Amino acid sequence: MLKRVILVVGFLSSFSLSFAQHDAAEVPVKHETAAVEAPVSEAEKEKAENQEYIRHHLLDAHSFDIMKTKSGKHIGFSLPVIFYDKANGFHSMMSSAFHHNENGVVESKGSYYKLHHEKIYKTDASGTITEDEHHHATNEKMLDLSITKGVLMILITGLLMLWIFGSMARNYKKSLVPKGAARLFEPLVIYIRDEIAKPNIGPKYKKYMNYLLTVFFFILFLNIFGLLPFGINVTGNIAITAALAVLTFIITQFTANGNYWKHIFWMPGLPVLMKIVMIPIEIIGLFIKPFALLMRLFANMSAGHIVVMSLIAMIYYFKNVIAGVAFPFLTFVIYLLEVLVAFLQAYIFTMLSAVYFGMANEEHHHEEAHH
Amino acid sequence: MEMPRIIGAGLVVIGAGIGIGKIGAAALEGMARQPEQFGKLQTAMLIAAALVEGLAFAALFAS
Repeated sequence: MLKRVILVVGFLSSFSLSFAQHDAAEVPVKHETAAVEAPVSEAEKEKAENQEYIRHHLLDAHSFDIMKTKSGKHIGFSLPVIFYDKANGFHSMMSSAFHHNENGVVESKGSYYKLHHEKIYKTDASGTITEDEHHHATNEKMLDLSITKGVLMILITGLLMLWIFGSMARNYKKSLVPKGAARLFEPLVIYIRDEIAKPNIGPKYKKYMNYLLTVFFFILFLNIFGLLPFGINVTGNIAITAALAVLTFIITQFTANGNYWKHIFWMPGLPVLMKIVMIPIEIIGLFIKPFALLMRLFANMSAGHIVVMSLIAMIYYFKNVIAGVAFPFLTFVIYLLEVLVAFLQAYIFTMLSAVYFGMANEEHHHEEAHH
Repeated sequence: MEMPRIIGAGLVVIGAGIGIGKIGAAALEGMARQPEQFGKLQTAMLIAAALVEGLAFAALFAS
């Protein structure tokens, strides 16, 4: 028991290792929110550094930074950058090319480009970025199709899922009893079929099982990978959750039967005036349901990551031994809650998608009140 | 952070706390009346709590 506790606390303190390297580094990077009040005292400068580090973990980046050593050297690897300029066409390079000269300017096919806050802008040879009054850059933005950290994580997760479930499916031809890792996933798959899909969708559940299974394991794996040390936070990125919610929305609309549309636009059993009033409300409800799915997953995951990392950063705020021992224990408890939330959010997304599919496929079983 | 933002965030947390507290109380009462339905009640409670918390987190992010 003690050995396990030590192992888990050691695992958690690998988070603080990356913080240690960063804190020993130099002046914090000045960016748009720091322009509001310049950090004056030492504590405020550290707070700004910690906030910048947390933001950097949450947002997507063009290179995979593991840590920064005391001498300021970055350890990590750079990822391919692919973008499209309307004037020149496609450009591709490694992101380390953006750090070769001190301006961060890359020259490709005659034009100059610069990476400013993880967005690619077209500039001149000296890398000037013109900013408007909200400190947003006004240079021309390129269409960015790079393999960023998030895209890399999604590709890895996709390949992992193909491997696991592909070999599971092939093994079922030989025997019905699963072996190895399939023993872990088979109860989950059966749970999704029997508790989520069948009660909510009804007799036509088989059409939707592909999507429900994929979405459940995709979100589950991405959530868990985001929590591991040196993990990449993907579900805390609103673009990814938006894509999943849009998929659910599209599948709901395109596989709905006529009953569903009738219920939105001309619901039976109401007086005509009420029906006309209810039409805009139902249309808004049509869009709000996937929007709530998106916000729920994004906000839960982001808030969880921020809380865990802020608690660890508090150690560097207090700077004494008692804090260094007490905070990892507190973080451990919150971390367990985060693992529960990872499973729960995957389950809730899948279950609500199943409920929406079920609502789209309801048969007409109301009895009108006959006078 | 300005004052209205702070007050707004506090109100959101109060709302979420009261909501999840009521859900938990109803679930516990149901479990006390019928101990054999423990699993179903727990599942329903977690689902309802996740829905309420989703709203709360979204509002916290917006403030």
